[in-house]
Amino acid sequence: MESVHTFESEHEATSTGLPNTKLAMWLFLASDCLLFGALISTYVLYRGASLVGPYPSEVFDIPYTSVSSFVLLASSLTMVLALAAIQRGEMGRMRVWLLATALLGMTFVGGQVYEFTTFYREGLSLSTNLFGTTFYVLTGFHGTHVGVGVLMLLSLVAMSFTGRITPRDTMAVELVGLYWHFVDIVWIVIFTVVYLIPTGK
Amino acid sequence: MATVSVPAEGARGGLLRRPTATTGFWSWITTVDHKRIGILYGITAFAFFLIGGIEALFIRLQLAQPDGKILSASTYNEFFTMHGVTMIFLVVMPLSAAFFNYFIPLQIGARDVAFPRLNAFTYWAFLAGGLFIYSGFFLGGAPNGGWFGYAPLSTVEPGNNMLFYALGLLMTGIASTASAMNLAVTIINMRAPGMTMFRMPVFMWMALVVQLLLAFALPIITVGLFQMLFDRRFGTHFFDPAAGGDPVLWQHMFWLFGHPEVYILILPAMGIVSEVLPVFARKPLFGYQFVVFSGIAIGFIGFGVWAHHMFAVGLGPVANTAFGISTLIIAVPTGVKIFNWMGTLWKGDIRFTTPMLFAVAFIGQFVVGGLSGVTHAVVPADYQQTDTYYIVAHFHYVLFGGAIFGLFSGVYYWWPKVFGRMLDERIGKLHFWLMVIGFNLTFGPMHILGLQGMPRRIQTYPATLGLGAWNMVATIGAFVIATSVLIFVLNAIASFRRPMDAGADPWDARTLEWSVSSPPPAYNFEEIPVVHSLDELWHRKYAETEGGVVVPVPAGGAGTDPAHDSGGAGPEGHGAGGHAIHLPGQSYFPFVAALGLPLIGYGVIFHLWMAVAGSVVLLVGVYGWAMEPASE
Amino acid sequence: MPLRRLSRTLLGAVALIALVVLAAACAPNATQDTLKPAGPYAEKIDNLFRPVFWIATAVFVVVEGLLVYLAVRYRHRKGRREIPPQVHGNQRLELAWTIVPAILLVGVAIPTVSGIYDLAARPPGRVLEVNVIGHQWWWEFDYPGLGVNTANVLHIPVGEPVYASLCAAGTGYKGVTAPNACQEAGSYGNVGDDVIHSFWVPRLAGKQDVVPGRTNHLVLQADRPGTYTGQCAEFCGLSHAYMRLEVVAQTPSDFEAWVREQQADAVTPPLGSLAATGLNEFLNGACIGCHAIQGPKVNDQPLTQPGGPNLTHLMSRDCFAGCIFATNRANLERWMRDPPGVKPGSWMPDYGLSDQQVRALVAYLMTLK
Repeated sequence: MESVHTFESEHEATSTGLPNTKLAMWLFLASDCLLFGALISTYVLYRGASLVGPYPSEVFDIPYTSVSSFVLLASSLTMVLALAAIQRGEMGRMRVWLLATALLGMTFVGGQVYEFTTFYREGLSLSTNLFGTTFYVLTGFHGTHVGVGVLMLLSLVAMSFTGRITPRDTMAVELVGLYWHFVDIVWIVIFTVVYLIPTGK
Repeated sequence: MATVSVPAEGARGGLLRRPTATTGFWSWITTVDHKRIGILYGITAFAFFLIGGIEALFIRLQLAQPDGKILSASTYNEFFTMHGVTMIFLVVMPLSAAFFNYFIPLQIGARDVAFPRLNAFTYWAFLAGGLFIYSGFFLGGAPNGGWFGYAPLSTVEPGNNMLFYALGLLMTGIASTASAMNLAVTIINMRAPGMTMFRMPVFMWMALVVQLLLAFALPIITVGLFQMLFDRRFGTHFFDPAAGGDPVLWQHMFWLFGHPEVYILILPAMGIVSEVLPVFARKPLFGYQFVVFSGIAIGFIGFGVWAHHMFAVGLGPVANTAFGISTLIIAVPTGVKIFNWMGTLWKGDIRFTTPMLFAVAFIGQFVVGGLSGVTHAVVPADYQQTDTYYIVAHFHYVLFGGAIFGLFSGVYYWWPKVFGRMLDERIGKLHFWLMVIGFNLTFGPMHILGLQGMPRRIQTYPATLGLGAWNMVATIGAFVIATSVLIFVLNAIASFRRPMDAGADPWDARTLEWSVSSPPPAYNFEEIPVVHSLDELWHRKYAETEGGVVVPVPAGGAGTDPAHDSGGAGPEGHGAGGHAIHLPGQSYFPFVAALGLPLIGYGVIFHLWMAVAGSVVLLVGVYGWAMEPASE
Repeated sequence: MPLRRLSRTLLGAVALIALVVLAAACAPNATQDTLKPAGPYAEKIDNLFRPVFWIATAVFVVVEGLLVYLAVRYRHRKGRREIPPQVHGNQRLELAWTIVPAILLVGVAIPTVSGIYDLAARPPGRVLEVNVIGHQWWWEFDYPGLGVNTANVLHIPVGEPVYASLCAAGTGYKGVTAPNACQEAGSYGNVGDDVIHSFWVPRLAGKQDVVPGRTNHLVLQADRPGTYTGQCAEFCGLSHAYMRLEVVAQTPSDFEAWVREQQADAVTPPLGSLAATGLNEFLNGACIGCHAIQGPKVNDQPLTQPGGPNLTHLMSRDCFAGCIFATNRANLERWMRDPPGVKPGSWMPDYGLSDQQVRALVAYLMTLK
């Protein structure tokens, strides 16, 4: 049985042993936690405070959003597979899984776009009431994060074609993966807090 | 002599040919050298200091007498708002950033920061934000809702003024957040071999705490500013009571950031003072670990006191009690620091150079501000004090008498290292004494004015309130301060006429930055030093005999090649005799990316297409940056 | 630095401090001086502040004194070459100067907490209820139990606690009008469209913010008859500095007389007088769009009050327009001609009134005693 060669990004010696970029990404994600914390807190504080409708129970389609949540969760799996692929030096496989991740991410965002246009037609805009205000801004920030993630994923794919990304660059994929998983976890929190927890309205 | 290499021009296919100029205008635009970036931060911050000071002089002229007529109400509101925004976001923070940028790598024994291009980006983003906010003066009105921007006033007052506020602060916030990532990673991850966390200078510890405070506080105000922006521009109702919103939500968002912010403002100066006192008292900082732990404690507790800015809002007795108590608690670690500084002076051999004078005055004046702060924590008393000049007195004592004085101490202390020349001591002392007198004349009486019923943010007051006399004294004091600043400017200009003869270690100091030439070479250290103790440089110069007497080490001190220092395994491939030193390459892209930000800002205010254009510029900048290799 | 110069500096500092303290004590006729409380609620605060202030002063003297001592005693003596012993710290001292201040602060915390609760409580027994409504840039005072509505000058009886409900209501920028009285239905009782203000009469109580969307409360009380001034203490826009008020504390019988006066309808000016012309102008002009006057009717409808001060007894108030002008003919005419010109941002616009209109209107207003 032949041994599998594993690749790892080289980096300079650091005081903690962690590469600078990885440490920076963790710190950035920690900071981003507070960003979403503030947005989610605002949503929760204003829950049930809208003076006029439409109200959440009137517009939410939980089965629909559950499906798109599952899509996003699946994309974390494909992301893990992409990282595993580059660590084995399999650039072709890596591209496939990265593209799959990006596609799933775009499907998620597309699903949100469809969902929001439906809400809008049902009378819920940014300025209709507190629900519209807090809901769109919270999910909009998250969707933007997903969009940036998709851009990064597609960039990795493109760069692997031009030779800018080689099997030595597992760190780049790992970092994008960290970001992607973070965005996924934030969605789990948002989905639970916003969609699943009943408000009585 | 080490061989230094940078990425060759046009190498490895980036979007643009790699810039390589080392002198001249473009060398500054494309620099990624932390020392140059530090100088850029310092000069820009000082320019804003002059502008913010002029705004203050106008405010004082307007208030010198009852029923003042110097400024109209609307101009006054712009001036006091911009004075606060300027001094906090465009002066103290970037001045601290200047010191952090210049000295973090030098004090931890590194060649540069973790992400040099990101570092450059933070400067250009800061500059963009500052200029953007000020452009309001020419484009319809500068921010006029107070630096604290309370809603609903800030969301309903007509005009674009507060859009400049929200967008400009988002830009400077991006700069500070990116900087926080960069400098925190640098301090945690790039220390020289042997420099454990507890062998780091206190200034490095304070720098680290500040970066973490920035990383965790800025996201909250970012959300708040977006909420304000959206309320104004897109019809949302975050702070709109007519739709069920709560204006107090803004206050929570703001102060959850705002209180850690004041520790962000003071901790760098406290770090500087912790460096300066030992050098000029000729003994180590008393209670190093306790000073470090107090700084960390202040950082933590600082997240738990925010509503002490809101005692009169009507949050209820439970909230007021909780925050009153947490505010009293934070006085304890603050006191610990003060006592340890005084312990540093005890049994020292104190040379009252200008940096030392500023450092000692810091302690004296900060104590006043700290004590008045304790009186604010007595919540019922705060019902009288809040929103009066008593508060204005308090925060100027800690932020001017404290932070600014501490920063000036750093300026005088580190000037020779940065510019290779000393600032004149006699002119420096004149600057100091005038500033001390002017400062106390201006802000001392404000304690009385507040207690006698003068609220904040009023452009005038009637003669019947008996407030005229102390207001006049305060105005006179302000002009004394202005004179002292002018004297400093003259001192700075005069210093450049001297030859660069300061030498590596003019003060006989204790930390690693004094072990290299003044100014340092581009690569900082010929060889990365190996560190054996706290105050590493001091221990290379001096040793203690058995009797506890401190004697110079023969042939030790500044200029010694650290490679001769015995210390076990040599540094791993970091330029030990003969190896090439790799420096990060210069780049256009941080500047380009930062350029996108104000375009987006103007677009949001005026024409949405400009925001799209700005996003494209930002994207191009980021992609160019990503395509470019960091170093060979 | 030479010892003599240092001593002189110290002497100067001490002199300055003494001057400061003295000056603080002899404030001339300071009608808003927090250090001269004129009622029990302001006194409670003062009784808490004073001892803490003196403790802080003592700490100041000790710490600054120590600092000066250290600076003088351990300054470099010429010719000294040895480096002092490199003392790194002292654990016992660290414990001491952590624990001692903590104990001091606990001592300060206890009366602080009890003070918070004392001042938050609604006083038992008889209180005078007043609704204080903050507008840009004037104060509306509504006495719900007495059917009195006035502006900028708050009359209260001496010796009785006044339980003020504070809310913001007004026309605001979005043109939403809101009920005048503060409703007690929860903290979001009154949805106004105004900005945050803060109600502050320093000699009678601490301040409390007036926040749109919620009703806050404040208790004040005067122990002696007199006029106590106050002003808005939360930045609220262009004329924040011009949002002042007076509290007139009267003996109970005087207060009752005042209430009866306020409850009465406005007098009707004699036919043919200039004042009668003024009333006509008032009823046919824009005035009734914001100002209530109890008495006259338009189409049999009483004049209600969505936006501006109730003018029924304007002349009984010695100041107007946010209490920045004395209520006299000259000031009223100046005001009428160009309100934003004399008070930046005033919601009452310049109506471009002719001289005759101004004189007639003011003549009418001067009858509203």
